[in-house]
Amino acid sequence: MSPPKLKVLIAKPGLDGHDVGAKVVARALHEAGHEVIYSGLHKTPREIAEQAVAENVDVIGVSMLSGSHVVLCRHLRDELMRVGLHDRLWVAGGNIPEDDRQVLRQLGFRGVFATSSKLADIISFVNDNAKVDAQ
Amino acid sequence: MSRSKIQPVVNESGVEIKTLYTAHDVLESGGADESRSGEAPFTRGIHEEMYRRRPFTMRQYAGFANAAETNERFKYLIDNGQTGLNVAFDLATQCGYDSDATEALGEVGRVGMAVDTLRDFEIAFDGIDLDRITVSLTVNGAAAVMIAMYLVMAEKRGFDIKNLRGTAQNDILKEFIGRGTWVFPVEPAVKLVADTIEYCADVAPKYSPVSICGYHIRESGSTPAEEMGFAFAIAKAYTDAVLARGMDIDAFANRLSFNFNIFGNLFEQVAKFRAGRRRWAKIILDEYGAKDPKSGWLRMIAGGGGFGLTIEQPENNIMRGAYYALIAALSGAQTMALCCYDEAYTIPTPKAQRISLRTMQLLIEEIGLADTVDPLGGSHYVETLTNQMEDKINEAMDWVDEQGGIVKAVADGIIQSKVSQHAFERQKAIESGDLRKVGVNCFQDGDEEKPDVAMHPYDESGAERQIESLRQVRDERDGQAVDRALASVHRAAEAGDNVMPAIMDAVRAYASVGEITGTLVDVYGRYEEKFVL
Repeated sequence: MSPPKLKVLIAKPGLDGHDVGAKVVARALHEAGHEVIYSGLHKTPREIAEQAVAENVDVIGVSMLSGSHVVLCRHLRDELMRVGLHDRLWVAGGNIPEDDRQVLRQLGFRGVFATSSKLADIISFVNDNAKVDAQ
Repeated sequence: MSRSKIQPVVNESGVEIKTLYTAHDVLESGGADESRSGEAPFTRGIHEEMYRRRPFTMRQYAGFANAAETNERFKYLIDNGQTGLNVAFDLATQCGYDSDATEALGEVGRVGMAVDTLRDFEIAFDGIDLDRITVSLTVNGAAAVMIAMYLVMAEKRGFDIKNLRGTAQNDILKEFIGRGTWVFPVEPAVKLVADTIEYCADVAPKYSPVSICGYHIRESGSTPAEEMGFAFAIAKAYTDAVLARGMDIDAFANRLSFNFNIFGNLFEQVAKFRAGRRRWAKIILDEYGAKDPKSGWLRMIAGGGGFGLTIEQPENNIMRGAYYALIAALSGAQTMALCCYDEAYTIPTPKAQRISLRTMQLLIEEIGLADTVDPLGGSHYVETLTNQMEDKINEAMDWVDEQGGIVKAVADGIIQSKVSQHAFERQKAIESGDLRKVGVNCFQDGDEEKPDVAMHPYDESGAERQIESLRQVRDERDGQAVDRALASVHRAAEAGDNVMPAIMDAVRAYASVGEITGTLVDVYGRYEEKFVL
């Protein structure tokens, strides 16, 4: 049985312009049968949370490679809570050192994927952990 | 594997590789270019004597935290024999925001040094002889402001701007394709690049105001042939924009420089550079009709590319760097830089920087790479592949033309989609094992040993200190002079004039990056990204 189709927002918080990974993951999730929206670059945590609400997505995935992931994820957590998206699946990826992965998990980003992650692992994590229409 | 059935080998650019090359293949592919080095179309090298006269410049990318700490690292690199500098700016600076802007959250001093005003440039280059050490500024969206800061800083220190050498990356079109530190919409952004070229040709004629980057297009997913073809399409767009102002091609073409990537197959890269030199010379000398042969020089930095390096078994990246440096030297690059072995993890340690530097020095001092020009020239394989790579570069340029030109292809997001689709296929090929990466999909370590990489420390309080020094500059400067200068920038932008003279005055008055960029945004607007999956 194929997993249910999810609506996914792939977003780039902060000013980091490294978007190869975000776009590759977006394409992989799309190819896996999900509906994927890509935010584009230079989005503030607030803009990302607002787009996630407006599109009513099941999954919010953020990609960060500049090293500012802890600061950005902390703000994004606050914004996602503010708009009531605590029940969606939050995933983070990028250049995230091992010590910080636990920090992001504690913030509520249940999946944290380093740059060496495999697409298949990201897809199965999303399939296994996201709930359609969680509200 | 059975030897009875030989698998076809096709390089990344799509050229099928034969088992053996002979003189016949060279002839059939168009023959070997008989010109000598220093003679158009420069297949063998832009200078007659190449590294015999002057070995490649070694220019490692460096910069972090603030101007003072970066100044210290610059001096460390120079003391270790580095012959040029390449400045890394933080993302707030690169995107034209001051350190106290809300958009700068978490980014101040993170991936490069923070710059707010001229004061930061004064500190960063303090004690560095700008006649002896050429400086490259890796900045694009905010490049016009950074060029102005560099020129004003040098002028204040008494250097003759007419003779000042140096480079700004300032290639905004590639920034929309990869790297992403754009600010303005595509058309005014190209206009701004033309402003810097026109202004520098007049005021700082030895300064290279733009370095067209195939590098990041390749990182973003393109093939080596597309890397070069798309870079040439971009270079032509800037050239056309400057020519449209009535400038003569020979007044600026010899100041255009390039930045290309090295990872992957050695022979494909060497052939790419040989073919690229020839193709660019033909574009400038034949198509644009430049009279000065120097206008057709493909002057370049070749960088050992980050995409080739792996997070797995990071020590292997030291060997990769050595091969990339070898390729750059075999290719006749004027300048070389290497990503450091720990760069997939962190800002490089001084030790990692020194290993990269020593890698390049070894080629000159021990391995004989500076002894003769174009040592692979005349190889049946390399000459044939050079001809075939030129065909592939032409195909990439034709594709851009079919999309309505590079400016349109970028503005419509077409080129971004194409490159990103490649990146997706490349990733799938790595995961399936079709594209071999040592330590990633073959020869992995079983024991999952934790890599021995020291993370660069980031001082969270650094942002506050940077903001504090910005406030101090704001308090000390003549506020009315700043307002007048910014009003001039606004007027020049609105009138469609060259904005560089007004930006120079604003920089002299210690106006900030954010104030000057913000003034331009008021007129030009901000880029709205278009990307179709």
